[in-house]
Amino acid sequence: MTKHPQALKVVIADDETPARSRVRDLLEDCAGSFPIELVGEAASGRELLALLGQTPADVVLLDIRMPEMDGLEAAQHLLKLQEPPSVIFTTAYNDHALKAFELHAVDYLVKPIRLRRLHDALTRARAITPLRLDVLQRIAPEPRKHLSVQERGKVILIAVSDIRYLRAELKYVTVRTAEREHLVEESLSRLEQEFTDQFVRIHRSCLVARAHIVGFEKESVEAGESRWAVILNGLDEKLPVSRRQQHIVKEFGRSLL
Amino acid sequence: MASINQNPAAALLPNFRNLGVMLRVLVIVTALTVVAAMLKSSSWGSLLQQWIGIAAVVQPIAILSVLLLGAANSWLHKLEYRFAVLLIVLAELAVTLLVLRFGALILETEMADAGRDVFFAVATTLALIGYFNLRNRALSPALTEARLQALQARIRPHFLFNSINAVLSLIRAEPRRAEAALEDMADLFRVLMADNRDLAPLENEVELCRQYLALEQLRLGERLQIEWHVDNMPKDALMPPLVLQPLIENAVYHGIEPSIEPGVVSVNIYHVRDQVHMVLRNPYRTDGNHHAGNKMALGNIRERLALHFDAEASLQTRVGDSRYEVHITIPYVKAEE
Repeated sequence: MTKHPQALKVVIADDETPARSRVRDLLEDCAGSFPIELVGEAASGRELLALLGQTPADVVLLDIRMPEMDGLEAAQHLLKLQEPPSVIFTTAYNDHALKAFELHAVDYLVKPIRLRRLHDALTRARAITPLRLDVLQRIAPEPRKHLSVQERGKVILIAVSDIRYLRAELKYVTVRTAEREHLVEESLSRLEQEFTDQFVRIHRSCLVARAHIVGFEKESVEAGESRWAVILNGLDEKLPVSRRQQHIVKEFGRSLL
Repeated sequence: MASINQNPAAALLPNFRNLGVMLRVLVIVTALTVVAAMLKSSSWGSLLQQWIGIAAVVQPIAILSVLLLGAANSWLHKLEYRFAVLLIVLAELAVTLLVLRFGALILETEMADAGRDVFFAVATTLALIGYFNLRNRALSPALTEARLQALQARIRPHFLFNSINAVLSLIRAEPRRAEAALEDMADLFRVLMADNRDLAPLENEVELCRQYLALEQLRLGERLQIEWHVDNMPKDALMPPLVLQPLIENAVYHGIEPSIEPGVVSVNIYHVRDQVHMVLRNPYRTDGNHHAGNKMALGNIRERLALHFDAEASLQTRVGDSRYEVHITIPYVKAEE
């Protein structure tokens, strides 16, 4: 794997050390027929994103099952990079998810990986069209554990469990954590669908994290009318509950007792 | 000359030394006495009196029978089923007559309507033997099924392919470790594909678990820490095979793999009097989402324990303090020399 100006820059992401070393061996074998440069290795989705923020790559060999952030989620955040690499998923077992992969022509290799398959996949790699976010979201079986934003060429991750509320703005969604605000380019209704277990809609344009609700407060609006507002853990700001969503106050009141 | 129909009684007679079997006998007999008392008494008021009268005769017979059968258990199991049943019926007749005779002596009365009592004793004995026979038959397909499941779902395919992958990665750099790993895999799959209906010594199961964990450690490295507390383990205790291994597999799958940080799987095996305890602990993560599979494995193991030990075995799970704990208790049955 000598340095070559046109070498294909490859990153391996897998949580198991022997699995990475196996791919490394195979890449060396492939390097005989065309120039390949291994630019880095990562043991989790998080590590991968940090690595790619510094070292751009052409191809990522991405294990699907990894702790902390699995391959399918990492692939979604990767798209926020300026020049996202092509992704070839690797997996130890053909489970039902792979049907969806085939349906959407997403590239994957089944472990143990055969030299010839890897060779073919890498040969095609430069021509692979980047994955589409909606496709990835469709094939990912679980909601993401993070949202991501791009800042100065790097992908910043926001743990979903840290988010207090999500509020729809004109083109963006404001993501509020205890510390700060971020803007993400996603639709609130999509987010509501994905995180339906963790968030509850209190207003046409606002979802709050169920786990961070500490209470409700009566707020008086003009003309003697009063409405409920949500108090969230770690935030001074109180969020009004719309007239149509007043019933959630009762539901939560019961579960908080 | 042995005929084809010659059944060894072991397959059809219950284990009379098993606590569950003894309890079943006593409970069923007691229930029958209540029914008899109801039939005999004309009003609710006289029910208790009738029952006491019946129980005074029947309970000593039942208790004596349970003790006698318990004592003769291993001997009965060596006989042909038909002979064993015949002997049990004769023994019941003897016990019944003995108790009636003794009762008559104490109460200084004549032995009245012994014929009817004898008839009830024989009928109850045959009914109970029939019941245990049916119960054994009903449960044995579960054994076959358990074996099938052992083949199909025991080891997660995910584990097999990851292990092969790990071994492949070792072949070039560390051929000797690759050899050892393949040997472990061979042993593991030999047990998985064997007929696992018979009990096997505990030390075999522990060895199997060690081999399994060696393979897991190959791919998980530092992330998997194992603590064995087995110094006081009764090596010769018999248990159904593949009870600990799937639980350890669960522990690794749910407790270790979902995190990048190292975690500890601890195995603690000891015996207290005539019970063997096996306690398994692993880190518990609330965000795990593979619980369905876990419950299936637990149900399967519970069923097999019940099949072999009836009420004398138990499997309990406890979640707390970010630890998950499985506690198995089985009777200490030694391997016969």
